[in-house]
Order: sequence, then structure tokens, then C-alpha cells
Amino acid sequence: MDDFRQLFQYVLSGLSNGAIYALIGFGFAVIYNATGIINFAQGEFVMFGGMLTIFFLTILHMPLVPAILMAILGSTIVGILFERLAIRPLKDANPLRMIIITIGASIFIRGAAMLIWGKDTHALPAFSSNDPLYIAGATILPQHLWILGVTVLIIIVSRFFFNHSIVGKAMRACSYNQRAAGLVGINVKNMVLLSFALSAAIGSLAGIIIAPLTMTSYDVGVMLGLKGFCAVIIGGMSSGMGTIMGGLLLGLLESLGAGFISASYKDAIAFIILLLILFIRPEGLFRKKETERF
Amino acid sequence: MFCLPYNDLNKFKVEVCMSKNIFRTVLVAGLSFLMAGVVFAAPSVKIGALFSVSGPASFLGEPERNTAVMMIDEINKAGGIKGHKLELIVADTQGDATKAVQAVNKLIKDDKVVAIIGPSTTGDSMAVIPVVEKMEIPLVSCAAGIKITDPVKKWVFKTAQNDALAVMKIYKNLQKQKMSKVAILTVSDGFGSSGREQLKLQAKEFDISIISDETYGPKDTDMTVQLTKIRNSDAQAIICWGTNPGPAIVARNAKQLGIKIPLYMSHGVSSKKFIELAGDGAEGIVLPSGKVIVADQLPASDPQKKALLNYVSKYREKYKVEGDHFGGHAYDAVMLIKKAMEEGGFTPVAIRDQLEKIKKFPGIGGTFSYSPQDHAGLTSDAFVLVRIEKGDWKLIK
Repeated sequence: MDDFRQLFQYVLSGLSNGAIYALIGFGFAVIYNATGIINFAQGEFVMFGGMLTIFFLTILHMPLVPAILMAILGSTIVGILFERLAIRPLKDANPLRMIIITIGASIFIRGAAMLIWGKDTHALPAFSSNDPLYIAGATILPQHLWILGVTVLIIIVSRFFFNHSIVGKAMRACSYNQRAAGLVGINVKNMVLLSFALSAAIGSLAGIIIAPLTMTSYDVGVMLGLKGFCAVIIGGMSSGMGTIMGGLLLGLLESLGAGFISASYKDAIAFIILLLILFIRPEGLFRKKETERF
Repeated sequence: MFCLPYNDLNKFKVEVCMSKNIFRTVLVAGLSFLMAGVVFAAPSVKIGALFSVSGPASFLGEPERNTAVMMIDEINKAGGIKGHKLELIVADTQGDATKAVQAVNKLIKDDKVVAIIGPSTTGDSMAVIPVVEKMEIPLVSCAAGIKITDPVKKWVFKTAQNDALAVMKIYKNLQKQKMSKVAILTVSDGFGSSGREQLKLQAKEFDISIISDETYGPKDTDMTVQLTKIRNSDAQAIICWGTNPGPAIVARNAKQLGIKIPLYMSHGVSSKKFIELAGDGAEGIVLPSGKVIVADQLPASDPQKKALLNYVSKYREKYKVEGDHFGGHAYDAVMLIKKAMEEGGFTPVAIRDQLEKIKKFPGIGGTFSYSPQDHAGLTSDAFVLVRIEKGDWKLIK
């Protein structure tokens, strides 16, 4: 009985962390699917969400909901500025160059955040209660349910957006072939801008709902960004179920590995999985091979 | 030529004027030099300081720098030491051993300091020790690592309490409650592994067996897995060793998992920030700490009480925030050097020899008694155990 309870707690912890990874990974997928670049500053959007909410909450004394909305708005503006100032002016825009730019931008944003808000860690109050819920002897916090709920909601909305709305379809067209998309009258540059705004908004939302659990500081985006990247690689860069499954799988393996092997290898497990996937099945676990893409 | 042309005459006048000016300047300079000689009868004494004011260990270096500056100002306002003003030269090591070595060389060779306070971290301290040993300048480190003064180095002293003393304090408390099985959860960085080493080393002495030995990464955001493992063992207490924010997450996760056994933390989290981060999870946690956070709760008989209250009120007045025990390390270093200068002299040799003779000196970190065999100078009564109750520290008597 005790062993079962232990196992169940590992599974539950793994799934709730996995949902966080999935949500962060999702931000990667949005930009990738519109532009073909991997935005390594995605973790910084996550950090912005949490830090801006703390800023509006404690410095400007706003209530929680307006503070969250303002934080998402603020991060979206940062995402737009990022695209305008760092991505668009690029003359010969090949994806590799843009990826390197995003790495530089992430270091810049992190440094700026450190100068503005200092190096302290901050905690956000939980959205609802802080008392654990018991499920078959294992516990989970209400905040975990918020994370799961928001993740599912975002996936559903985005699925609808990318498959059924004209703007979403246009964004997908850009990712397949930017020149062809341009020829049929899609404004490729605006789609790229939109994708940055969207992924900044999603990233900051992720940062906000996880801040009551993981806390937030200027450098929180580094590790969370990498874990989100792992999730989206496992999921094959899809902006749907693939990333969710990738995130949950990653969280689960991490937690079981930490539980049954050793907690010292927790991060190692995540990155070994990442390497294995990149070597063996670079198109991800949950995606049919699409050889015509490249 | 009998008459000077007009132009030359003018030039002549100008030259007279100029020489008058020069004369006046020389006079003023000479006078002020004389007067300066009257006011500053004794030249100022230079003390160097190496603190990690920026970088990852700034939570140590910043309060230390503030404290040292405050104390030196105060000594100078009171007339200095035997008429000598002190001059503090602070160098920022950024928690980087290479920068620390560069800075210490500069302090000794260019600034000609007679003694050095700091560095803030064990890593920086170990890096500068060979330099001060070779140049023969006394160093009073503010870092905690046991290897700084063990084995004893001729020119090196320290003010921060050893990890070993904190472990001893926790184990004594466990022994008193007749607990013998503990689980330890340590962070995988320098602070955590030093704590882990001491926890394992001293366990036998106190008849304690470590039945679960878990670690977590400094950037981990969830420790429920480790705690679930511990929950399933028959540990009677958990000891967590780390600095913020990890232990705050451990405290929250422990509450989430409904863990009822007592949770002990290290002195690495004895600041209000920890209570703020851990929220409800902080209630009931016990940790060893320097006395500074509970200064007003100490009995009047405590020899340190006067120094502690003095430091706490001054720091609050000057910087508008609470002083912590990290700043206290710098306070102790300044005061110990001051005492050595008062009783010895102002040369590096005199300061070193006098430091070694200091006995029962009440400071912030504890009551210091140095000797040729002991350059750490503290015993386990340097720490007190505190419990977190209603978001505040409560001294355990």
C-alpha cells in the first residue's frame, strides 16, 4: 500500500511538472511553426510573466487579475519589440542566424531583468487555496490543477486557431514555405511579428501560473526554458497534443527516475532524453515523418 | 637701448604679475600644507576589504560591505585609533576567485594595506590565502568553510561560524528529543556538499543514523520526489541544507505532502526572505542561526547582547533594512582588527600577533577566543536554535 502510494505520488508530481514543461514548450512551437526558428529567449518570456506580475502586484499594488493581465500585455510588448529590433532588421534571414540572435537576446533580457528587479527570488500567492488535495493518498496542490487547466485550454484554443482561422492558416503557410506564402498574398513579416507576440503572451502566462509553485527570479527562465525545449522536441515541434504528451512524458520520466534511481540525475535524465530523441527520432515521438518539410 | 618698447614693457608687467601669482600660490600651498600637518598629525591607516558585492554571492558581500563601511566611519568619527584615522579600500571580487587574487595583489602592492577583511566566500578565501601568506599581511575572512583555518595558517583568521558548529547544534537538539534516524536533503553546490559532509561526519558521535541521503540541484523547482522518498522511510526528522530559494521550495513541498516530522534547516536561510518565500510552509521549522536575528530575545546575561543590539540598531538606522548575520561577520572582522591595533600596533606583524592573543571578545557571530592552534575562535554556543512561529523567529531556550 505504501509503495503504491509512493509510486502514485511520483506519477502525480511528474504529471504536474510535465504540464509546466508542456506549457512552456508550447511557446517554442508557436514561433517555430510560423518562422522555422527556435526562440531560445522563450524562457525569458516565462520569467517576464512572473516578474512583471510581482512588480504590478507589490510595487504598484494592483489586484491579482489586473496585474496578471498587465503582465501578459507587458510581455507581449517585449515580444513585439524583440521581433522589431532584433529579428526584422536582419538582412539575410536564415534560421540559424536568427536562432543565434535569440540566444543573444535571452542573455540580454536576463541581464536587464537583473538590473531592474535585482537578484532576489520572489513568490506569487497561490490563485486559490494553498491546502493540498488528497487523491488516493497522494497530494497535489490546487495550483497544479490551474496549470493543467490552462494548458489544456491553450491547446484547444490554439488548435482551433491554427486549423480553422484564416490568420492561423496563414501562419502555418509561412512555416511551410515563406516565399510561396508571400506569393499568395500573405504578409509574411506580419505573421512573424504575430507569432512572436503570441508566443510571448503564452510564455508569460506560463510564467505567471507556475510562479506560486516554483517562485520566480531573473534567471528562472534558463532551466525552465530548456525543459520546455525538451518537451517540444519530444513532441516533434507540434502545436497540439504532441507537445502536451512530450511535456507530460518528460515530467513523468524525470520524477520516476529521481524517485527510483537518484534525484541527483533528475536534470541528466531530461537531457539524455533530449539527446536520444535528436539522434534517433528528430521528428519527435508523436509525429508522422514529413520528409517534404525540409 | 634706453627705452623699452611699449610691447616689452607690457610683457614685463605681465611677468611681474605672474611671478606674484606664483608666489601667492606657493604661499597658500605651503600654509595649507603646514595646517594639514597640524590637523592630521598621524597618517591614516589603510585596511583592505574583499567582498563579493555583485555576482551570485552578493547576498553575502553586500551587507558585509555596508557593515564594514558603517563601522569604519564610526571609528573615524570617534577620533580613530590612537589618533590614526582608518581608510577602508573595498574591492569587489564578484565571487570570482581570479578577480579576488587580482584584487588582493592590488590592495597589498599598490594600496599598501596593513590588514585585509574578507573575502565573502570560501572559494575566494582559499584563492587569496597563498598571496597573503607570502606577503605576510593578516587576513580576517568572512567565509564559513572549515578549511580556511583548518589547518591553521599563520596569517589567516576568520569570523564566520563553521558549518560543523551548526550541525553540532542540530544534532544536540535531536539527541535531546531522543531522535536517532534522520533524512538529509542537501543542495548540490559548495554550501550543500560541505554541510552534507559534516552531517555524515558527526552523525556517529551523536548516535544518529542517516537513513535517507537525498540531494537537489540549486535551480530545481520541485522537490516532492525526494520528500516522497523520505516520507516513505522511517526518518524521525528531516535536515535540509541549502540557501534560498531551494529550502523555501522544500518547506512548501513538505507541507503539500502533509509531512508531519520536524523539518530542520541550516543557518543558510536565517533571513526574513526565507519566511517570506516559504509562506505557511515555514511554520515550525527549526534552524541554527547566529544570534543577530533574535538579539532582543536573548537573556541580559548574554555577553554578546550589547554588541548585537548596537549593531542591529545602527544598521537599521543607516540602511533602513534589518542587519543579518552575514553583515555581522564583517562587523566582527572590523572590531577584531580595531582591538588588535589598539593593543598591538599598526604594522601587519603587530596586528597578526595581537589577533592571536584575543580572548573572549564578544562579537556578532559569537565570543571569539583565538590562539596559535585556533584561528576560527568560536564554539558551538556561537549558534542558537530558533523556531519559526507566526512568521517570526523564536529563540529556543
